[in-house]
Amino acid sequence: MGGWFNPEALAPARFADGFERVDGIYSGFRLNHAKGVCVRGSFESNGRGTRLSKAVVFKAGRVPIIGRFSLAGGNPYVADEPEMVRGLGLLFKLPDGEEWRTAMINTPVFAVNTPQAFYDRLLAAQPDPRTGKPDREKMAAFLASHPETVQATKIIHSHPASCGFENSTYYGLNAFWFMDASGKWTPVRWSLAPMQPFAPANTTGLARPDKNYLFDALIAGILHQPLQWHLIITIGQANDPTNDATIPWPDAREHVDVGTLTLDHVESEHSNPCRDINFDPLVLPEGMAASDDPLLSARSAVYSQSFTRRAGEKKLPSAVTPSEVRK
Amino acid sequence: MSVSVATEQRQFTALMRLFHWLTAALVLTILGIGVAMVASLADYHRLVSIHRPLGILILIVVVIRFVNRHYSTLPPFPATMSPRERSVASASELFLYALLVVQPLVGWGMLSAASYPITLYGSIHLFPILPHNVMLYAVLRWAHTVLAYLLFLTFLAHFGAVLFHTWVVRDGTFSRMAPWRVRAH
Repeated sequence: MGGWFNPEALAPARFADGFERVDGIYSGFRLNHAKGVCVRGSFESNGRGTRLSKAVVFKAGRVPIIGRFSLAGGNPYVADEPEMVRGLGLLFKLPDGEEWRTAMINTPVFAVNTPQAFYDRLLAAQPDPRTGKPDREKMAAFLASHPETVQATKIIHSHPASCGFENSTYYGLNAFWFMDASGKWTPVRWSLAPMQPFAPANTTGLARPDKNYLFDALIAGILHQPLQWHLIITIGQANDPTNDATIPWPDAREHVDVGTLTLDHVESEHSNPCRDINFDPLVLPEGMAASDDPLLSARSAVYSQSFTRRAGEKKLPSAVTPSEVRK
Repeated sequence: MSVSVATEQRQFTALMRLFHWLTAALVLTILGIGVAMVASLADYHRLVSIHRPLGILILIVVVIRFVNRHYSTLPPFPATMSPRERSVASASELFLYALLVVQPLVGWGMLSAASYPITLYGSIHLFPILPHNVMLYAVLRWAHTVLAYLLFLTFLAHFGAVLFHTWVVRDGTFSRMAPWRVRAH
């Protein structure tokens, strides 16, 4: 009940205020992953997921997709940088009005494992208005009390970023439960493995690229040919933690390729419904359920708060404009 | 049942009283859940998952209740109530009914305008009643909060009026709706 009786408690509204304090207020945009572009396509299931979950999405067949590629951070006009966290939100439109929504990023683990740590890290990374850079001491103090973040950062750095959105692997990060037709529950994580070949990001920073270079490359890529990913389900075992997004499961865990995501249309946020969709990771079809990971309910709550705030605001044009998509 | 001849009826019918207390329990529960969920991170998802079907259940109960009321004989107002008080009481009852129907509809409409799937339980979900339009969502989301406060204030007024009549005027107003059966003196 926190926030109603105790204003100091970490309620969704205070979380949202934290984003606005660090990144500034941009009317009509998401509080995080503000810069983005919309895509459409389909997911073709090969039927192999049905042994894990009775969710309709895993029955052999095709369902339409609405998606959104984004960069982490609250500034919708930020210049693209190779090391920025890339996001992919997906909405699987299932028959009879059911939906599966997921919001993924291109790091194999998450940097924090509680909502409070996310909030504290957000504030610790806030640029100092005098220097324009985060206060080293604040971040050092945060890391000193969060060894799991130090550990997760090592894992993230051991997976160098690819050169673009189109050849990035995206991870669901949190664990979920799948329930099969017989009622058996299995802990899972999921990821999207690109069919576009990996090429490392150029992080030397010699030639200053265009401020939308990541998005422009994505748009050019989709216009050239549809982009595809394999949806991989990782099957957890009894002792694998389901409540800690900073800890990866062992590599030896079974991976099941359950189908192919194809993205063949790209549109600006101006003309596509993705801007007005909340990619709430807890919009799940029957056959999937949240794990005990505390980040999940918090993500749902804060995404909802962000959605409600921007819904009523005047919509400013996105950095990736319709003409940018057409050129 | 032979005592409850229409002319001597002092209580609402057993079915009406059942509906009344059922509504009271459901509405106070959902108001509590509503307050808790907007302030909660850890329990948000669990509370929203209860809030949605509970709101629809209230809508169904209130509609059935209103129809039942239409076909039932109401006990007369206590003799202590002036005509003015009676019309205020009737109007406030009608207002409560209206709020109890409008509030779930606003919730349903708001989820429709936000293009959320309106999940009740498992794969059971409702169809959208409004088109996907986030400005409309914003207005309805605001209205949902305002109506919730209005509902709570109306409940307090209703509760306060009954307490006043029962304990100060001592005209047996509460016994008209008491969950148990009260015999005529």
